[in-house]
Amino acid sequence: MTTERAWTLGILLALALLAFLPLVAPRDDVLNFVFLVLLSITLAQSWNIIAGYAGQVNLGHAAFFGLGALTARTLWIAGTPVVAAMAAGAAVATAFALLIGAAAFRLRGAYFAIGTLALGEILRTTVGNALPEISTLPAASIGAYRLAPRYYLALALAALSVLAVAGLARSRLGLGMVAVREDEGAAEATGVSALALKLRALALSTALAGAAGGLFAYYHISYYPSHPFGPGWTFDALLMTFIGGVGTLHGPVLGAVLYVFLKEYLTVRWVDFHLLIFGVLFIAIVLLFPGGLVQALIQAGNGARRWMARRRGATT
Amino acid sequence: MTILAQQIVLGLLLGGLYGLAAAGLSLVFGVLKVLNVAHGELIMLGGYGAYWLFALLGLDPFASLLLVIPGSLLLGAALFLALFGFVVRAPEETRIKNSLLVGFGLALALHALAVRLFTADDRSISTGYGGAVITVGPIAIPVIRLASLLVALALIAALHLLLARWRWGKAIRATAEDWQAARLTGIDIRRAYLLAFAFGTALAGAAGTLVSVGYSISPSIGLEWTLKALIVVVLAGLGSMLGTFAAGLFVGVAEALSAAAFGGPYREVIGLVIFLVVLVLRPQGLFGRAR
Repeated sequence: MTTERAWTLGILLALALLAFLPLVAPRDDVLNFVFLVLLSITLAQSWNIIAGYAGQVNLGHAAFFGLGALTARTLWIAGTPVVAAMAAGAAVATAFALLIGAAAFRLRGAYFAIGTLALGEILRTTVGNALPEISTLPAASIGAYRLAPRYYLALALAALSVLAVAGLARSRLGLGMVAVREDEGAAEATGVSALALKLRALALSTALAGAAGGLFAYYHISYYPSHPFGPGWTFDALLMTFIGGVGTLHGPVLGAVLYVFLKEYLTVRWVDFHLLIFGVLFIAIVLLFPGGLVQALIQAGNGARRWMARRRGATT
Repeated sequence: MTILAQQIVLGLLLGGLYGLAAAGLSLVFGVLKVLNVAHGELIMLGGYGAYWLFALLGLDPFASLLLVIPGSLLLGAALFLALFGFVVRAPEETRIKNSLLVGFGLALALHALAVRLFTADDRSISTGYGGAVITVGPIAIPVIRLASLLVALALIAALHLLLARWRWGKAIRATAEDWQAARLTGIDIRRAYLLAFAFGTALAGAAGTLVSVGYSISPSIGLEWTLKALIVVVLAGLGSMLGTFAAGLFVGVAEALSAAAFGGPYREVIGLVIFLVVLVLRPQGLFGRAR
């Protein structure tokens, strides 16, 4: 069994065990915290697909999260079943993504990053201008609010995102994406259509991000409609993926768990100062340790093995 | 009709600042092949520099340019030595990717730092001559914004001359053209990188000063200005500072027109439309050369 496979099974097992959590610890603070971890896993994995596997830096991931939230919230409050509303949110996010991608992916370089950054910021400003009022659930829905269905939906979505990446990593599609990431020219020369692969990666990535946005909209009782479009969500996705290890299956999961713990801890201690610490941490990881935790674990493992071998060599 | 003409004039005046903001970004992008998405935060810092010089020392914002520009020059050199100097060592594809990530992290860190140091309040410099206007027929032109436009134009022209005539200006252009060939001819390309980044930051600082006097600054203006600058750079293409300035004017007017046509809440959307149209029709930009 490969390590990749072991990690997949381990993560899915952990998620399966979390299904029993509401029965073991039916405390709102615990469930809210785990909900946040699960939402973060989905968000990190969705960014990981486009940036980690296909190698395209998306700096406006919040746009797709926000579009999912806006669409799902509107439809859900109007009476659509929540899962259908989330699916619609995912579809709208993907449609916008393909619009940007189809234009920007035809050129290499920074155009995709610029386009997504522009989309995120422009949607945030426009939604903020057009819908300045806070969005609150109608009183009847607040009365009927239960945490459990939100929790299970988050669990299902996190499991789906892990399965999607696991399936992708082993498929022709995923291999093609990695080929494009490593050397676009060489990949094209072997007959891979870089444009088609990048668009598929983007569609998958933004569908997950849109669904995660829908979950956010279903979870929160009230928020400003422009909030999920904020650049903070993009940064969260980037940082979690990089802390864990970009372009790996388990990296974003580890990163999300660690990040949510760290963030809760630091926010309590230094209110708004934690962003400065995270910004510096992120730069340090990108420049000095681009493999993240996953690479650190591998290096530690190799070091330990070498050390054991040397000891064995010394005794014999 | 008069209202529309007035809007267009205001759009032109704002567009001059877009052009100045974009010129710095374009210089860095063209020479180092890195895209600094924290450029708007550098503009924000320049704005605070001018604001505090005014609030604490009573220094006129146009005079404080003489301090803000050298200060930004040093800040740019420090940022290059601490961060972007490492980024440029990577091969070109990794370089652009890492610069996006590092810039994004830097933008967040600087934003958080500014909120911590200066609070999230909107601030602007109000000088004694702040309310003065020149009226041309039915159109009123705010004196400060007109002066800002002229300063922006003068700075762009100065940069243009510097790049065209100065020894190191030529070295910078040679490095932008082909860094390998530049190195073979004996140019110290790391120094060319350092100078280009420092000049880019200085232009950002100057733009920030002008923003703080004609408009307003807060810690969160960074991303907005980065975006305006990026859209202008995409529209203009690389290689011509004067072309970048013209594209800035164009974006300013386009925003004003779209606000007039579709209403204020949707004025930002025009930037995205410009971006998409340029990518589809003329990816090298209006003034750039096709590769």
